[in-house]
Amino acid sequence: MPPPQFLELDDIHKRFAGVHALRGVDLSIREGEVHCLAGENGSGKSTLIKVIAGVHPPEEGRVRIGGSDLDPVTPLESIRRGVQVIYQDFSLFPNLSVAENLALNNEVEQGRRIVRWSRIRATAREALARIRRELPLHRPVGELPVADRQLVAIARALLHDARLVIMDEPTTALTQREVENLFTVIENLRAEGIAILFVSHKLREVLRISERLTILRNGSKVAEGPTTDFDERSITEAMTGRSVRDEKFHYTAGPGARPPVLEVEGLGRPPAYRGVSFRVDPGEIVGITGLLGSGRTELALGLFGLLPAREGSVRLDGQPLRIRSVEEALAAGIAYVPEDRLTEGLFLEQSIHRNIIASILPELAGRFGFLDFARARREVEEWIRDFGIATPNAEVPAQSLSGGNQQRVLLARWLARTPRVLVLNGPTVGVDVGSKEAIHQRLRALAAEGMAVLLLSDDLPEVVSNCNRVLLLREGRLAAEFDESVTEETLNAHFAETAGTAGV
Amino acid sequence: MGRLLRQHEFYVAVILVGFSLLVGLVNPAFFSLWNLFALLKSSAVIGIFSLGLLLVLISGEIDISFPAIGVVALYLTNLFFSGIDYEGTVLLPFLMAAGIGVLLGSINAFVIARFQLPTLIVSLGTLSAFQGFILTFVDTRIINRLSDPMIDYSRSKALSFGGEGGPVYSIHTSVLVFLLLAVVTWILLRYTTLGRGVYALGGDRQATRRAGFRIWKIETFIYLYVGFLAGIAGLIHSAHVRSGNPFDLVGTELNVLAAVVLGGARIGGGRGTVLGTVLGVLLITVMNNSLILLGIPSYWQRFVTGMVLIVAVVLPQVRHLRSPQPA
Ligand SMILES: Nc1ncnc2c1ncn2[C@@H]1O[C@H](COP(=O)(O)OP(=O)(O)OP(=O)(O)O)[C@@H](O)[C@H]1O
Ligand SMILES: [Mg+2]
Repeated sequence: MPPPQFLELDDIHKRFAGVHALRGVDLSIREGEVHCLAGENGSGKSTLIKVIAGVHPPEEGRVRIGGSDLDPVTPLESIRRGVQVIYQDFSLFPNLSVAENLALNNEVEQGRRIVRWSRIRATAREALARIRRELPLHRPVGELPVADRQLVAIARALLHDARLVIMDEPTTALTQREVENLFTVIENLRAEGIAILFVSHKLREVLRISERLTILRNGSKVAEGPTTDFDERSITEAMTGRSVRDEKFHYTAGPGARPPVLEVEGLGRPPAYRGVSFRVDPGEIVGITGLLGSGRTELALGLFGLLPAREGSVRLDGQPLRIRSVEEALAAGIAYVPEDRLTEGLFLEQSIHRNIIASILPELAGRFGFLDFARARREVEEWIRDFGIATPNAEVPAQSLSGGNQQRVLLARWLARTPRVLVLNGPTVGVDVGSKEAIHQRLRALAAEGMAVLLLSDDLPEVVSNCNRVLLLREGRLAAEFDESVTEETLNAHFAETAGTAGV
Repeated sequence: MGRLLRQHEFYVAVILVGFSLLVGLVNPAFFSLWNLFALLKSSAVIGIFSLGLLLVLISGEIDISFPAIGVVALYLTNLFFSGIDYEGTVLLPFLMAAGIGVLLGSINAFVIARFQLPTLIVSLGTLSAFQGFILTFVDTRIINRLSDPMIDYSRSKALSFGGEGGPVYSIHTSVLVFLLLAVVTWILLRYTTLGRGVYALGGDRQATRRAGFRIWKIETFIYLYVGFLAGIAGLIHSAHVRSGNPFDLVGTELNVLAAVVLGGARIGGGRGTVLGTVLGVLLITVMNNSLILLGIPSYWQRFVTGMVLIVAVVLPQVRHLRSPQPA
């Protein structure tokens, strides 16, 4: 006999001003089931999760958790019945310590009025033990790197009486090794009878970890069933309603030797990275990959002047260039799309319009410094169309967009500058397959126009299919270079080697 | 030791001691027990106000209406008790002042929590509304004769020693009240879930809601508590100056804000401690009272307080901007 249903959603509807985000969605999850929710950006996945969590009560439909209806659906009631959510933005308190972040929700849930710090620390240790990680309990969470912040969010959700853990894109900020770690945890939870609802854009992960699958498109459920009934192609087709191919990128050096756009010689900022040398020719897309802590992000920040390099030299179009600040990088034509769109890139409360034109304000300013509003509006409309940003209009605040659409806004902002060198750090993190392809096409088109593209990513399929050369960073040094014939298997083997030498 | 050096409170204490030494060097009268105890007494009113403002700042807002709450409380309370020639315990006037404070605080709380408005804007309105209410509907005259229990309170001491031919040194009861309220506030912030909710709210509003807190409850509590403290502070002020003046107190917001910010509370929310606030209050009090000892004209006070406030806000920001961004 199969285990009983833990969660049942029936004909859920949810509208936001002008957007019908959920249109009669059904979903059911049994106890101990690992269930995956897939769908394009803006298809309503996060909204559905918020309905279950009681953050957005549904306008129509029934929510049944643990055998009885919730009426009304409130966050507290949902938590009481054992639902724990890891949000895309982690929902942590940056000003509070790791220990308190781990324990606070639990304290509130249990209706405690008095805080005993020994209990808080004990709870925190227990939470970390479940993900088999050590983190400094006293450190404010805001001081932790993104990956650790996410670990805190995950550990917190696993505490105590959780019977359904919902993870909204939990793996986007994790490296492969950390993903493996998470999957181990998920397996353990399943064995304990705890159900998991999992949102991911990485289809390979979806196929590997989940037992059942629900696919949303435009706020409606379009497919559902055991994962074994699906493969990457059929999931993609159900999500997009068409078939998508991501072809491999081929670089052809143009006729006649063109000088390299970017030459980097012995660049370093010890201890993060040192002695890094490479060049990028016009039209190339060069991939840089490496595990967390390999110096990848620091290198990117160095090229963009955020953490200026201390050693070595950079030449742009043959001219020596010193990058000591972001202004200098921008003036020279270097643009950077950061890894963590939520904290580094977007003005979440500002409109999409403002977010996109933020980087090209000087160009848009006409004589006397007045903004050319008509032109700005035209440009913004163009970007929204080109990138397929799903929004009623350009004036809504960026934070009302789905995660993937926020990422597209960020990309649009930097591409609007038409830079000479484009440095992208994890450009398609959290972006669905359909628009991933659109972004990749866009990068290839830009490369073809002669822009130098540096793609930093640990999404190996992305690196392999889009780069004509791949550099591997290891502990701050260039460890290997591959040409376009590189495969995921080769890169994976090198990663494994890195992990081995690092002794982890 | 490393941990100590990272604490904001440590630096405030160092500055406090350093500044005191400087003043004492110029004018040794500063270090007389008499002067130190007088300073403590005059820090009580600002101090009690500061405890309330601390909660507001931690929650990520700014309130400036509390002096007006203090004024209403002190005026109505004194008007009533002098009017009936009250003779009983001083606890009753304190209860009434605190009650009036809570009532006015509930007006702030209602508007802020119900309509989700920024406190600064709301309190700008209630500041003049509260004081205006007294001036328009009650009276504009200064109450010169306080009731006997209030007069007794104004002379009361928590602790005194010396005597036997020598001078008598005493610590005023208000200092004890301030200390007591500081301890209560400290316990509240550190050892109650509600108090942690105030920090949570200042850290991330959305996450607070998701954690299961009722935000309106936290906010309501904050503004009731601010009102409670403001009522008490107002009454104590009237005892110190032995009159009920409806034009007093409004204008001290700047000092109080400076004290709390100096003490390490961050504008923008999420950070601040009672210990830091108490140190900040002492620092502001010493500065305000010592400019005279240093021979600086007293009208410089507002200027200096303003500058100190700016420095206190700018310094942590500089440190923040300098530290490398987490990659
Ligand atoms: N608070 C809000 N106000 C207005 N519209 C919203 C709000 N939240 C979501 N939406 C809209 O609802 C739709 C569904 O968004 P949702 O965040 O659920 O998508 P998603 O499937 O999680 O996408 P992604 O993969 O990009 O995270 C989108 O069109 C989004 O713009
Ligand atoms: Mg989402």
